[in-house]
Amino acid sequence: MYRRITDPKGGMVAIHFEGQRLQVPANETVAAAILAATPGYTRTTVVSGDKRAPYCMMGTCFECSMEIDGVQNRQACMTTVADGMIVKRQMGKREMPE
Amino acid sequence: MSESIDLAVIGAGPAGLAAATTASEHGLSVVLFDEQPAPGGQIFRNIEGVDRATMGDTLGEDYLKGGTIAEAFRKSSADYRPSATVWRVDPDGSLAWTDGTTARILKARRIIAATGAIERPVPIPGWTLSGVMAAGAAQILMKTASMVPDGPTVIAGNGPLLYLVANQLFKAGAEIAAILETTRFRDYLAAIPHAPAALRANEYLSKGARMMQHLRNKGFRIQSAVSNIRATGDGTLQKVIYTANTTEIEVKANTLLLHQGVIPNVQITRQVNANHEWYAPQRYWRPVTDEWGTTSVETLAIAGDGAGILGAEAAEVAGHLAALETVKRLGKIDEIDRDVQAGPLLREHNRLASIRPLLDKLYHPSAEILVPPDETTVCRCEEVTAGDIRQCVAEGATGPNQLKAYTRCGMGPCQGRMCGLTVSEVIADARDKPVEEIGYYRLRPPIKPVTLGELAAMEDT
Repeated sequence: MYRRITDPKGGMVAIHFEGQRLQVPANETVAAAILAATPGYTRTTVVSGDKRAPYCMMGTCFECSMEIDGVQNRQACMTTVADGMIVKRQMGKREMPE
Repeated sequence: MSESIDLAVIGAGPAGLAAATTASEHGLSVVLFDEQPAPGGQIFRNIEGVDRATMGDTLGEDYLKGGTIAEAFRKSSADYRPSATVWRVDPDGSLAWTDGTTARILKARRIIAATGAIERPVPIPGWTLSGVMAAGAAQILMKTASMVPDGPTVIAGNGPLLYLVANQLFKAGAEIAAILETTRFRDYLAAIPHAPAALRANEYLSKGARMMQHLRNKGFRIQSAVSNIRATGDGTLQKVIYTANTTEIEVKANTLLLHQGVIPNVQITRQVNANHEWYAPQRYWRPVTDEWGTTSVETLAIAGDGAGILGAEAAEVAGHLAALETVKRLGKIDEIDRDVQAGPLLREHNRLASIRPLLDKLYHPSAEILVPPDETTVCRCEEVTAGDIRQCVAEGATGPNQLKAYTRCGMGPCQGRMCGLTVSEVIADARDKPVEEIGYYRLRPPIKPVTLGELAAMEDT
């Protein structure tokens, strides 16, 4: 879990993460916003259901793959937050939408 | 029709920014693609947006001076495409990219890939737990979000970045529970013969000494010669366990930052099937390049750490060099002009490189992460352990590509970025063969995820 050490400058936006409403700086990545909000995880794995959290923060490890605004497999560390964004943990393996 | 230009540059770190700036100053039409929303790459991440008043002192002068490179690029005529992902490169100079909505093809007469380095994955038991991260990840969070770990933090491994991040985290007020280095006394002994040559780039030596001194002045004891580092916890990290002086020690922590150097990002050079060579001192693959960064694929040059790890200053110089060669190849200057302009740059590049033999000896990946114990997860995506790989070798798997059929190892979303090096090492070790003979994954496009929607939105090309 991470904490912000400066007061955010500039605008804030609200994102929705698993039923929580998070007020976060507008220029932050989704992964950063979630690391500051929860000590938890961003996805569960496709084989064993193991909980995983961001590892690299630079688009390499894909541990922060999440469902963002209905699109699966988005890298949360490569995605900037936007007002009203809906972010969900990516659970297990992917399925084609009905 | 697809778009047609002189030069496509991939990556907006120091190498890419320098290459795009120099090439456009010489009259080439240049497009620079970068995945991030602003220039800087990882080393100068968020250099234009960082809160200088509160974070400047923490992040330090070396970081802040990246602003000059970004500024020169902004003033150039290069066409900058941020938040753009290149997902395929072809030997004829065409590349496929997406802006997140529509995939497109662009045809360039030459491509300079400046996709830099990734942090070497550090496979230890428990490294998949929430709370275990790369040290560089913590630094990115400082640069982009002014964030530090909340709670006791252990920093473990080796390499210049380890000490830099430790210093920065300390200044930023993080609670550092332990700094563990895998470096041993014998590594210092092995490095000594390379010290005279390294004096040519003595600014690195004095910076390194200053960083270590700062930590000591703050009362930190850096625990050296650490081995058997592992992370434990129920889903999230609770304890870091390690061995020092034959004693097993436990430290309570909710963040463990791992670092054992950086390695070239080879996704593009592997995808185009350029020739690679094994760089034994640091145990990584790098594309074979000449002094201008040109690979075995004539249309493709590499600038910066993607061609071998030499650091940010050398990357900037390499960007200028690759651009000058491109300008020459496209007929804007002749060979003499190129050599006149490149002369001082080549000398500076050599000078900056002279620190590397010393660093290579002093800071190298530890044996236990090269060939981890059986229980260690190697492929994080498909959850394949070192023991699974050894079992497959016993059953007849001969190399990384056969292993895919046995285990799906390397076939998850990261496409081998996290497991590739370890897989080759573990197979080589189990078969008692050199890594060069075992080889690496064959990488295929798309090298980054692209949605069906983005493909469907493509115009006819």
